[in-house]
Amino acid sequence: MIDKIFPTPEAALADVPDGASVMISGFGGAGMPSELIDCLIAQGARELTVINNNAGNADTGLAALIGAGRVRKVICSFPRQADSWHFDKFYRAGKLELELVPQGTLAERIRAAGAGIGGFYTPTAFGTRLAEGKETRHLNGRDYVLELPIHADYALIKADRADRWGNLTYRKTARNFGPIMAAAARCTVVQVRETVELGALDPELVVTPGIFVKRVVRLAPMRRAA
Amino acid sequence: MKKLDRKQMAARVAQDIPEGAYVNLGIGLPTLVADCLPQGREIILHSENGVLGVGPKPAEGSEDPDLVNAGKQPVTLLPGGSYFHHADSFAMIRGRHLDYAVLGAFQVSAAGDLANWHTGEPDAIPAVGGAMDLAVGAKQVIVMMEHLSKDGKSKLVERCSYPLTGARCVNRVYTDLAVIDIKPDGLHLVEIVADLSFDELQRLNGVALKYKAAA
Repeated sequence: MIDKIFPTPEAALADVPDGASVMISGFGGAGMPSELIDCLIAQGARELTVINNNAGNADTGLAALIGAGRVRKVICSFPRQADSWHFDKFYRAGKLELELVPQGTLAERIRAAGAGIGGFYTPTAFGTRLAEGKETRHLNGRDYVLELPIHADYALIKADRADRWGNLTYRKTARNFGPIMAAAARCTVVQVRETVELGALDPELVVTPGIFVKRVVRLAPMRRAA
Repeated sequence: MKKLDRKQMAARVAQDIPEGAYVNLGIGLPTLVADCLPQGREIILHSENGVLGVGPKPAEGSEDPDLVNAGKQPVTLLPGGSYFHHADSFAMIRGRHLDYAVLGAFQVSAAGDLANWHTGEPDAIPAVGGAMDLAVGAKQVIVMMEHLSKDGKSKLVERCSYPLTGARCVNRVYTDLAVIDIKPDGLHLVEIVADLSFDELQRLNGVALKYKAAA
C-alpha cells in the first residue's frame, strides 16, 4: 500500500544533507511552510541553497533559517524588504550568495525543471544587467534570453489537504510556487492542514497530482503574529 | 499650476482603462488606481502572485493571510475570481494576455526604456520581482510617476541613468503634470494640467515634446 503520510516532520526531513538545494514555497508568508522550516533548523543541515521568491520576512520561516546561518546561497526575485533584516545582515557581511532572477523567469525555470525542459528563451530581462553574459537570440522579430531550469534536491511546500497518495489541494494565493516546486525537486515534502481518505479529494479539483509528492506531514499551523 | 496629487493621478489613469480590460497594477503608487476605477465598468485585476479578480481591501479583522496581492497586502476575491500557480500567472503576463500593466518608475527614456527596479548604487541590495516580466509582457505598459524627482530633475530623460527594467517597452506615462505618449518618433503630449503652459512643461521636461493641437 502506498502511504506517503509521515508521522512527524522530523522523520520527513531526517535525510536532508549539508549542501542540499531546497525549494521553499511561499510568497512572503502566504504558502510558506514555516513549521517544516523550523524542523529543518532543528535538523541542522548547513550550507543550503534555497530557492524562494523572497529571502525571508521578519524572524520566522525562511528568515529564521537564514538567521540560523544555515543558508549559503539564495536564488530569488525579491530579497530586499522592510523586514528582511536577517538576509540583509548575512548578505552585507558577504556570508550569503544571491542569484537574483526576475519573478516570471524564476517560476518558468522551476516549471522547466519539473517538465524536463533543457532551457527556454524568454523576452524578460533582455537588454538589462540581469541578462548580462547570457546567450540571446532574435526570433520572429523579438529578442530573447536563454534561461536554464532550476532543479532541487528537496522542495518544502505548504498545501491545504492531501491524501495518502500525495494528491494536493491548496488554499487561495498560498498556492503560488507549490505546484511547480513539487514537480521540480527530487524529494518533495509537503505540510498540510488536513489529511483525508483516498477518494475524498474531488479528482477534478486536485491541483498537484501525487506523482510529484514523496512525503506528506499533517501540521496544525501555529498562529503567528503578522 | 495645479499639480495632481497621488489620488488624482490614480483617478486619471483609471479613467482611461476600458470595460473588460485585464490589468496588473504592480506595487506601490499604481495600486491606488484600484480604488478609482469608474463604477459600472467591469475591469479584472491580476496580481502576479496568482490571482485574477482581485477585490477591495478586506474589512479590518477579516484579513486572510492566504489571500494577498503582489505587495503582500491582504485583499479579497470578487465573484468569478480565480487562483493559479506562479508559472501560469507569468504565462498570463509574458504571453501577452494582460491588456495593461501600470508601473511606477525612477526614469523613463524618450525611447520608452523603463528603469524602476534598482538605483544602481553599489551597496544597494537589488530586488526585481515581476517588474521585468510586466515590462515586456503587457500589451500596454503604462507608467505612473511624479514628473520630477525630489531634487527637481525630469524623470522623463533622453537616456536612463539607472539600470534598465526593460528596453523600449513603455507606451504611455501619466505624471502629476501631464499625460505623454511614447511613440517611435518621440514623446507626444496628450494632456497637461491646468495653468501649466506647454513651454513651461517643455522647460521642466528636459526631453523634446511634440504636441498637435486638437483639430
